[in-house]
Amino acid sequence: MTTIATLDLTPRPGAAPLHRMVLAQAGAEIRATLRNGEQLLLTMIIPILLLAGFSAAPLVDVGDGRRVDFLAPGILALAVMSTAFTGQAIATGFERRYGVLKRLGATPLSRSGLLLAKTVAVVAVEALQVVVIVAVALALGWSPHGDPLWAVPLLLLGTAAFSGLGLLMAGTLRAEATLAGANLVYLVLLGLGGVLFPLDRFPAGVRHVLELLPISALTSGLRTVLSAGGGFPGGALLVLLCWTVAALALAVRTFRWE
Amino acid sequence: MPGVDSTLDSTRGGADDGAPAVEIDGLVKRYGSTTAVDGLTLTCARGAVTAILGPNGAGKTSTIEICEGFRRPDGGTVRVLGLDPADPALRPRLGIMPQTGGVPPAARAGEWLRVVSRFYAHPLDPDALLGLLGLAGHARTPYRRLSGGQQQRLSLAAAVIGRPELVFLDEPTAGLDPQARHACWDLVRALRAAGVSVVLTTHQMDEAEKLSDHVVVIDHGRVVAEGTPESLTGAERQLRFRARAGLDLEELLAALPSGSAAKESPSGHYIIEGQVGPQLLATVTAWCATEGVTTEDLRIERRTLEDVFLELTGRELR
Repeated sequence: MTTIATLDLTPRPGAAPLHRMVLAQAGAEIRATLRNGEQLLLTMIIPILLLAGFSAAPLVDVGDGRRVDFLAPGILALAVMSTAFTGQAIATGFERRYGVLKRLGATPLSRSGLLLAKTVAVVAVEALQVVVIVAVALALGWSPHGDPLWAVPLLLLGTAAFSGLGLLMAGTLRAEATLAGANLVYLVLLGLGGVLFPLDRFPAGVRHVLELLPISALTSGLRTVLSAGGGFPGGALLVLLCWTVAALALAVRTFRWE
Repeated sequence: MPGVDSTLDSTRGGADDGAPAVEIDGLVKRYGSTTAVDGLTLTCARGAVTAILGPNGAGKTSTIEICEGFRRPDGGTVRVLGLDPADPALRPRLGIMPQTGGVPPAARAGEWLRVVSRFYAHPLDPDALLGLLGLAGHARTPYRRLSGGQQQRLSLAAAVIGRPELVFLDEPTAGLDPQARHACWDLVRALRAAGVSVVLTTHQMDEAEKLSDHVVVIDHGRVVAEGTPESLTGAERQLRFRARAGLDLEELLAALPSGSAAKESPSGHYIIEGQVGPQLLATVTAWCATEGVTTEDLRIERRTLEDVFLELTGRELR
């Protein structure tokens, strides 16, 4: 039985080392994501169902080649978008609403430490998504063809761009508006970003615009280096870099913590 | 573990040594056209419990949130432990309990407290703290499923877990049942005994009276009175009784020694002030007997902090 006498309340303040704070907060965010049914639906179940469903059934004309070879890179891009953008925007929007961000501001965990923790959590969840999606794709007969090392910078820059956009939304809109908006953007980009439907099905004028979307850049870049046997995805990396710089710069200026 | 000290410990001593826990001078805070804090000046001593009392909208939370570094003042100066409230060096040294929220609704109580404890170099044991505050059985309960009082206690636990020098508690016992309120009071007393400075806001007069060394009454964003609970309530005693409404107090006063005062507030409740003693008591009861007035609940008592508070801040609802 704990009594007040056994508790040493004598002041002994001090911050924990940064890595311990960041890992503790990242762990909390990872647990929150993996325990949240809606988040799992968005980040795991929908991508896997789309991958398996569209690989098995000839619903979409993906051009020459096996459907899974076309779909797997697009689903990886979708996974990045679902976690870094949609999931993060919704979670952060509600953290802001519930005063969680404000409360954390009163602890030794700095704002940059909190952002670092969020990044660690997003990358950890994405790593889990990549393992599951790649395993399912391989089981469905995917034979990667290309230069998979280039997938790493693409995934990381895609994560940075989508995180910037997600935080921009979460830091400015009301939590409910973020919830609706982030899901809407997810659906629209899923349809228009070349994830399931090749962009060359669109008229040329429209296609050139769509190619500048972050999801299209990530999808086409991954498709180049994972399925089409291509090398350095310069164009895709440049588009993602522009989105990253623009989104993070705007988010830093506009983010409201409460 | 005494003797083991981390270099990460924040500075103790140095320039801020001996500075008051909180020093506020001429603080102004406006929200649009509303002035929430209007030239407020107060000092909270180190190692003491200071209670900030005031009606809703008096500026209590604005003031405390400025001290916590959440809001910036529009005027005046605020020093907390001798530092600017925005100074990051203060974060490990302060423990704060916001009025509501701050915890993710789905987070489990025990896990969340453990995460918060990992932000500090020498935290208290989260399980011990949960046990002390009667939350041991709820360690795995998500925050949103805790009762209001349990949520308050979890928030209180998080405020003290980092072994801070100064704790801000914004209405710590609002919504607590009597047992939980006493547990909270015990913790505040233990903090004080351990040398921690405590600044709390409250609506509850008994809380301020029982817990604090110093009471500051604020209204309309200014300090209207401050002092020890005893100095505010004064040594003056009152005679109180209930009777039918509308007694002729002029007539009663004529029978009392000069310098006495009588009032009916609220209707049917009478308060006599002056040289309250056996003589006055006898005069009042004799007068009531001749008037055929039955008195109930006749008693002599000291003014309470609540009386002082209502005198200072008025009776109208806000």
